[in-house]
Amino acid sequence: MSILESKIPEGPIEKKWTKHKNTINLVNPANKRNIDVIVVGTGLAGGSAAATLAELGYNVKTFCFQDSPRRAHSIAAQGGINASKNYQGDGDSDYRLFYDTVKGGDYRSREANVYRLAEVSSNIIDQCVAQGVPFAREYGGLLDNRSFGGVLVSRTFYAKGQTGQQLLLGAYSAMNRQINRGKIQSYNRHEMMDLVLVDGKARGIIARNLITGEIERHSAHAVVLATGGYGNVFYLSTNAMGSNVMAAWRAHKKGAFFANPCFTQIHPTCIPVSGDLQSKLTLMSESLRNDGRIWVPKHKKDAEAIREGNLKPTEIAEEDRDYYLERRYPAFGNLVPRDVASRAAKERCDEGYGVNKAGQAVYLDFKAAIERYGKEKAFTSGHKNPSQEEIIRLGEEVVETKYGNLFQMYEKITDQNPYKTPMMIFPAVHYTMGGLWVDYNLMTTIPGCYAAGEANFSDHGANRLGASALMQGLADGYFVLPYTIGDYLANDISTGAISTETEEFEIAEQQVKERVEKLFKANGKNPVDYYHKKLGKIMWDKCGMSRNAKELKEAMEEIKALREDFWANVKVTGKAETKNTELEKAGRVADFLELGELFAKDALERNESCGGHFREEYQTEDGEALRDDENFKFVSAWEYKGEPSEAQLHKEELVFENIELKTRSYK
Amino acid sequence: MKLKLKIWRQEDAKDKGGFQDFNVDGIDGDMSFLEMLDVLNNDLVNEGIDPIEFDHDCREGICGSCSLQINGEPHGPDRRVTTCQLHMRKFKDGDEIVIEPFRATAFPVIKDLVIDRSAFDRIQHAGGYISVNTSGNTQDANATPIEKDHADDAFYAATCIGCGACVAACKNASAMLFTSAKVSQFALLPQGEVEAHERVLNMVHQMDKEGFGNCTNTGACEIECPKGISLENIARMNREYLSASVAG
Repeated sequence: MSILESKIPEGPIEKKWTKHKNTINLVNPANKRNIDVIVVGTGLAGGSAAATLAELGYNVKTFCFQDSPRRAHSIAAQGGINASKNYQGDGDSDYRLFYDTVKGGDYRSREANVYRLAEVSSNIIDQCVAQGVPFAREYGGLLDNRSFGGVLVSRTFYAKGQTGQQLLLGAYSAMNRQINRGKIQSYNRHEMMDLVLVDGKARGIIARNLITGEIERHSAHAVVLATGGYGNVFYLSTNAMGSNVMAAWRAHKKGAFFANPCFTQIHPTCIPVSGDLQSKLTLMSESLRNDGRIWVPKHKKDAEAIREGNLKPTEIAEEDRDYYLERRYPAFGNLVPRDVASRAAKERCDEGYGVNKAGQAVYLDFKAAIERYGKEKAFTSGHKNPSQEEIIRLGEEVVETKYGNLFQMYEKITDQNPYKTPMMIFPAVHYTMGGLWVDYNLMTTIPGCYAAGEANFSDHGANRLGASALMQGLADGYFVLPYTIGDYLANDISTGAISTETEEFEIAEQQVKERVEKLFKANGKNPVDYYHKKLGKIMWDKCGMSRNAKELKEAMEEIKALREDFWANVKVTGKAETKNTELEKAGRVADFLELGELFAKDALERNESCGGHFREEYQTEDGEALRDDENFKFVSAWEYKGEPSEAQLHKEELVFENIELKTRSYK
Repeated sequence: MKLKLKIWRQEDAKDKGGFQDFNVDGIDGDMSFLEMLDVLNNDLVNEGIDPIEFDHDCREGICGSCSLQINGEPHGPDRRVTTCQLHMRKFKDGDEIVIEPFRATAFPVIKDLVIDRSAFDRIQHAGGYISVNTSGNTQDANATPIEKDHADDAFYAATCIGCGACVAACKNASAMLFTSAKVSQFALLPQGEVEAHERVLNMVHQMDKEGFGNCTNTGACEIECPKGISLENIARMNREYLSASVAG
C-alpha cells in the first residue's frame, strides 16, 4: 500500500470538483483574519494565489527574488492561454480540453486534476477580462483565438506574443489592490533558503534579504511554493537567469516528495545556440507554427552548401525542400505536440540536414503564410488582381500584426530579417512537467506545504501542450488552491500566531548560515558558472532529448563527482552581508547539482518512452515513443534519503476511467 | 573585439561611488551587452575581485529587470531594445563604453549598477488595478464587446515593462510615461471606467510623492522607451487628470 494519498474525490469526473468544494472544510471570514499564509514566488500561480487568499481575508506574505513581483518569469510566456470557451464553435468542450491535455501528456497525468483544470479554464478568461487584461480582439469587438500544437480546435486566447506579460500584470494588479488594502506584505529581493517545520507541519521559511544579506525568519500557518520549474539545471534554457529549484528542493529535503523529475519539455522553436559564452536561449512562440512551415533541404549536398555559406535557403526550390513534419504527421503537420516536433528536428539534424554552421538548426518559413494572407487582404480591400509585390507587402503587414514583436526579437538577436529569409530554430529546454508531488488539494507530502503552477507535477504528464502553462498557473492560483487550503487551515483557527522564537526556527536559521559560510570557505578555484556550465553539458548530452541507460548511469556518477568538486573548490567572491550575485548563484547551483542526479536516476528507472522522456531502448520501428502502460503507468514520487542516488521511489498508480489509453498518434 | 569600459562602482546606497576602468577582450558581435558584462565578471572573479552587480533576469527583453545608462543613453544606442537585447555588433573594436546606473532621485542606487525602482510599485499600489474580486464570478468574457482599436491601444499601453528608461532619459526624471501607460490601459477599457477618476488622481499623487519630476514635453522618454510607449498616453493622462479634478 502506497503512502501517497492523492485524495481524489469519489464520483463521476465532471462532478468531482463541485462535490469536493461542497464538502471540504471552510474557514469563516472572521477566523481568516487570524491566519497567515506565506506565498513564495509571484508568477502567475503565486501572484494569483496571493491576491485571492488576501481577498478571502487571510494575511499574506509574498516573497520573490526579483525587485518586483511583476518580473517573475511567467512574464516571458508568449503564445497564449487555453480555455474551453468554444467561442469559435469548432466543437470544443471541457471534455475535449481534458482529453487533449491527457493525451498530449502521453497518459502520465492525473485525470481528476486535469478535468478540474479544463473545468475552470473558461472562468480564467472571464476573470482576466474583468481585470482589464487586453486580449486580442476581432473587429466585431469579441475575443480572438488561435490554434496551438497537439489539438484540432482553436481555443487559445492571446495578447500578441506577450500573453504571459499581460496575464501576470493582471495578477500583479490584483496583488496591488490587496497590498494597498494592507492584506499582502510583499517581500521583494528576498530568496527562500529553507522551509521550517514545526511538529511536522510547514510553519514558515528562512529567507535571505538579497540587498542586506540578512537571514530572516518568517512564520505562517501554511506555506505555498509557487516557485516555477527547474529547467536551468541544463544551464542553457529559456528560463530566466534567476529561475531556480531552491525552494522546491529545500522542501524536498524536508520531506516533500519530488515527482517525475525527468519529465522535461524541450521546446522545438527556439533560436539556436550561437556561441560558447551564450547565457540563455530565447523561445520563438509555438504560435508561429500556426503559420510557419518547418523544413530542411531534401538533399544533403544542399544542407552542406548552406552550412558553408554557399547557398541561401531562399534559393532552394520548393521540390528540394523536406517539410518533414507535414511528411511524417499529415494529420497535425506543423502543429504536432512539442516533444514530437523537437525529436523530429533532432532526427533531421543528426542525419546531417541541419542548416546553421553547427548543423543544429532547421528552418521555420513564413513565405507561404505571407502570400496567403497578402492575397486575402488584397481581396478584402477590393484588389482582385494584386501584383506579387502588393501581395507580399500586404502579407507582411498581416504577419506583423500577428507576430510583430517576435519577429523583431528574432531580428535583434540574429541580425536576420525573418520576413525575407526563413527563421532558424532548434529545440531548447523550456518547461519542467515534473515537480513537487501534490494531492488533489495541491498539498505536498508535508502537511501545510502547498505547491502550485510549474512547481508541482500534476497536470501535464510527460509533455505539456502549448498555452497550458498559463492556464494551469492561474487555475491553481485563482480557483483551486485558495479553496482547498481552507480544508487544512480550518484546523488552525485557534492556533494563534506562529512564533519564530522557537528551536525549529533557530536550527533552520543556523543551518542556512552554515551553508552560506561553507560556500565561502571552499578552496576558491573555479567560479560558480564553471560548475553550472559543466552540469548543463552533462544534462544536455546525457539527459536531453533522447536518453539511454548507459549514459544516464554515467550522468549520475559525473554529477556526483561534480558536486563534490563544487563544494571543495567553488569560488565565491565578496561578502555575505551585502548584495552578492555570485553567492546567490552558488546556492542555486548547489541545489541543481543534487536535483540533476535525481533527474538522471528517475530517467534511468523509467524503462519506457513517454512524452518528453525518450529512451532510445524503447521506440517503435519508425522511431516513435514506445510507452509501457503495464509497468509504468504511475507517477514516480521520490523521497529524500540523503544522497540523491539513495532516494526512495513511491508510486502513485494512475487510473484512467474516462479516457482509453492509446498509442499517441498525430499521423 | 577589445573594449575599454568605464563602469560606475558603488558599494551601497551610502557610498559616494565613482567610475573604474576595465578592459575586456574576445567579445563577439552576436553576444548581448549583458553577456559582455558576464565575460568581464568572469575575469574579475578569476582575479578575486568582486564582480559588477547589475540587474537582469529574463534576458529576452520582457521582464524589465535590466537597465543601465550606456554612453549616456538608457539601454544604449540601439532603439526599441532593452540592454539584454542590445547586441555587441552595435559596437566597434576599441570602443570606449561608459556604463552607469539609471540616474534619478526616486531610483536610489543599491550597489554598482543596481537601483531601487520600488517607487514604480508604489505608484501601481495606489491605483493600478480594477477593483474586481478574483472569485471568477464575473460576467462572460464576451458579454461586453470592445472596439478593436481601443483594445489594441490598451494593449500597446500595457506593454510597458516598468524598466524606468523613461525616467532615466528625462532631464526632469519624470515618471509620466510610465504612469500614463497604466492609466491609459484602464481608461481605454470599459472595465476601467468606473474607477477612472479616483485612479488617475491617486496614481498621479503617488508619483509626485515619490519625487519624480514633471513633464516638459521633450519626448526623450518615448524615444528611449524599449517598448515604444507613445507620448499620447501622457496627453491622455493629462486629460483624465483634468476631468477628474474638475469632477472633484
